[in-house]
Amino acid sequence: MNSLLRTPLYDLHRELGARMVPFAGYEMPVQYLPGILAEHLGTREAAGLFDVSHMGQAWVSGPKAAAMLESLTTADIAGLGEGRQRYTLFTNEQGGIDDDLMIANAGDLYVVVVNAACKTADFARLQGAAGAGARVGILDDHALLALQGPKAESALEPLVPGVGRLVFMGAARFVWNGAGLFVTRSGYTGEDGFEISVPAGHAMRFARALLDRPGVKPVGLGARDSLRLEAGLCLYGQDIDASTSPVEAGLEWAVARRRRGTGGFPGFARFARELAEGPRRRRVGIRPDGRAPARAHAEIKDAGGSSVGEITSGGFGPSVDGPVAMGYVAAGAATPGAALQLVVRDKALPARIVSLPFVPHRYRKR
Amino acid sequence: MSDTKFTEEHEWIRVEGGIGTIGITDYAQKQLGDVVYVELPEPGRKVEKGKDMAVVESVKAASEVYAPVSGEVVEINAKLKDEPATVNAAPMAGGWFVKIRLSDPKELEGLLSETAYRDFVRGLH
Repeated sequence: MNSLLRTPLYDLHRELGARMVPFAGYEMPVQYLPGILAEHLGTREAAGLFDVSHMGQAWVSGPKAAAMLESLTTADIAGLGEGRQRYTLFTNEQGGIDDDLMIANAGDLYVVVVNAACKTADFARLQGAAGAGARVGILDDHALLALQGPKAESALEPLVPGVGRLVFMGAARFVWNGAGLFVTRSGYTGEDGFEISVPAGHAMRFARALLDRPGVKPVGLGARDSLRLEAGLCLYGQDIDASTSPVEAGLEWAVARRRRGTGGFPGFARFARELAEGPRRRRVGIRPDGRAPARAHAEIKDAGGSSVGEITSGGFGPSVDGPVAMGYVAAGAATPGAALQLVVRDKALPARIVSLPFVPHRYRKR
Repeated sequence: MSDTKFTEEHEWIRVEGGIGTIGITDYAQKQLGDVVYVELPEPGRKVEKGKDMAVVESVKAASEVYAPVSGEVVEINAKLKDEPATVNAAPMAGGWFVKIRLSDPKELEGLLSETAYRDFVRGLH
């Protein structure tokens, strides 16, 4: 435990009574005193504040920045307007996914947010692709907070006037008490909300100011996971990894239209082939019929008892009020409504393929 | 008379007339967090001291519950099927899991008294 890193909000987590766990090399809050259920439901009903400072933040600038980012990812960066953000993928030569990430156009530079567990490799990848026309910097002196839920805007607007003008996947700079913020209207819960990059030295005061707003409660990694699962969003390392492809994962939409024709990202050959011929397997949503959750690595069988795949994320969905799961099944078995059996503790639990998400997204699109 | 005994795996057992009522401790329910599902054995099943007896699922994980002593399941707490959160609300009372007929009451002697269990839990921090 002694080699674990701490975020700038560590003391606040302790003060709030969080239960701390090791996660991606950091000591992170998995839950606070109210517990995962209350934190999850509170986010969907009002607003939740998440410390996601363990994630990797970087910037890329220069005349060749867009071309450099396009050489590594599936996004249309050249066509990404100022003040807009995209979800995209770092792919590998075999056509698998090395990480999923967000890229925002801040005008003079691009802001990149990557997963905590992948950030060392991701930063090396960015720095390896940098050159005369594309410079890379690591924002390791910034915290990252996510404020999510239907009351996120009313909580944030009085502190940071103007954030309400952002729409889903919009991005802009703001100033709070002399601290420069970079705010995007995005998140990982399926709810409306914001992710806010704040200089580490101001993070504590900013987080306290947010927690003082009506409806805002701290939320740990436990509810972050159940919220993203209900929203049908992939967790890197579980639902997607170096062996799964964008088409298998149902993330074709993260490959920009222009890039589908021109390629130019690692693994394009596999992408083009799977888009044309269909993948071998597909990620699907799964609802167990009963109350028992089926968790990651549970075997999936078809109604006839043949093995067709494996659960990659599964648990209890507090808003669904029942078990929910995602997993990969053979392409021929990936039919919405199809009956499945999930092998849990040597017993076959009846389940059904359903379309994702389990809880409708409530993004603020206009 | 009844006397509650404990295990280092955070189960409790209270024996009256050769029948032991078994559940998990307050410390255990706090560690697990919100209980969303409990899998109980069928009445009639033989359970063995220290072996799997039930499974308790919280939002984040599934945990095994072990039999504190050997015996035969004579009753299960049917209420937990629809109200698993009873385990959080009343772990030592309404949130009990099963009742078993002890096959070897001497096994109780190896379990912890309430005081010894409390000391054991204190040592975990």
